[in-house]
Amino acid sequence: MSIVDEVLKGNRLAAARLLTMVENRAPEAAAALRALHRHTGRAHIIGITGPAGAGKSTLVGGLVATLRSRGRTVGVVAVDPSSPFTGGALLGDRIRMGRLSGDPGVYIRSMANRGAMGGLSAATAGAVDVLDAMGFDVVVVETVGAGQSDVEVARLAQTTVVVLMPGMGDDIQMIKAGILEVGDVYVVNKADKEGADTALAELGTLVGMAPQRPGGAPAIVRTVATSGEGLDDLATAVDAHREALRKTGGLHAHEKSRSRSLLIELLKQEFLALACRSASTGEMDRLVEEIAARRMDPYLAAERLAAGVVLKGGSCPGPAAEPVTARRRGRDDLSG
Amino acid sequence: MKEGRRLRVLVAKPGLDGHDRGAKVVAHALRDAGLEVIYTGLRQTPEMIVEAAIQEDVDVVGLSVLSGAHTVLVPEIIALLRAKSLSDVLVCVGGIIPEEDYEELAAAGVKGIFGPGATTGEIVDFIRTHAPARTDPWGDGAAAEPTEGGAR
Repeated sequence: MSIVDEVLKGNRLAAARLLTMVENRAPEAAAALRALHRHTGRAHIIGITGPAGAGKSTLVGGLVATLRSRGRTVGVVAVDPSSPFTGGALLGDRIRMGRLSGDPGVYIRSMANRGAMGGLSAATAGAVDVLDAMGFDVVVVETVGAGQSDVEVARLAQTTVVVLMPGMGDDIQMIKAGILEVGDVYVVNKADKEGADTALAELGTLVGMAPQRPGGAPAIVRTVATSGEGLDDLATAVDAHREALRKTGGLHAHEKSRSRSLLIELLKQEFLALACRSASTGEMDRLVEEIAARRMDPYLAAERLAAGVVLKGGSCPGPAAEPVTARRRGRDDLSG
Repeated sequence: MKEGRRLRVLVAKPGLDGHDRGAKVVAHALRDAGLEVIYTGLRQTPEMIVEAAIQEDVDVVGLSVLSGAHTVLVPEIIALLRAKSLSDVLVCVGGIIPEEDYEELAAAGVKGIFGPGATTGEIVDFIRTHAPARTDPWGDGAAAEPTEGGAR
């Protein structure tokens, strides 16, 4: 019996082990994800993003419980930051989801972002696929939540929920934040705090001015996640969004754009791995040394390493070679 | 940042005492040592802890008990881990554990006990040294048949 079969049967131990392999980019993981791919695409993928301290984890806990009461099974991928210095991480999202731990209809996996930018980890998309293939009706992805650029999740999720709270600053702060362009549902959490009405009013104006989203005008929901207030409205808004997407063909469009992002991301990873592998032992260190001493610029060093992959199919060119130029077009071509 | 396996540790507080300073200090130290630490918070039942250990696929479970209930809770957790096929997970205990209970806990399957005065460095070293090697119960079955269009 292969790990893929076990995951498809809903074996939680097998899924746990596969998620680890996906995170570690083990060679077996790629093969398993390939085999699982045709079993994915059924779950409703919900992304939850917003600044640190807005109450994302608590809200996820509450939303999952509400969805469970509506009969849905739910997988959760909760991403927290890795230390950029040690690579270690303290993953604390389960603290707010404790009561879900014993529910057989729920599976929660904490992930460190392992240096990835944008609020997710490189393995998040793969982890979502594993949970999707396992048969969960809904997969919730909670982002790191460290700042205003935490928007990668909108590529992955069909429905993106942006969590805000009262007292986060004036409307200019909200406009600056890229998160105001990605939400399908906006939540003002901690709505029992002072300033909630102001935040809701400002948010209403801003969201009204934002570009049209597939699936219609974003809903705005007020919640107090700790007491459960508004969670039912949130679950309803999230369901309504998916239904609207389905009716307008937005689901298929999203699936296509997600597939494109995924393909480009995989290409980047493949290319990076190839470049690292093709650099001879010490080559990377030597280049770093050269860059630090200002004897070489980092752009040239990167191009050299890339050229080692593209031109020589493995080995890196020597340090004294002519500058290798202009191979940046691939990225633009692909992302169109 | 290096790719590949990172040790994952579940730090949990079973039972009813509300003192999590020690657990947090240890969690922090493990993080600073480059490990990935899943902290579950206070008042966890053995079932919740074991289920979290499964879902998070941890290598190590660290239990902090200051209530005196360690001789009840810890063996229960270890028995549950074994029942769920997680018998190779390294189990360590910290907190207020009287020395006369060490033997009993060791017999139950606890590999490391760290009381007051243990340094975080000791704990990190112990975990690094004793974390179990990974076995793959499904062999290389993960490399199942490629889907259509798989180029490699």
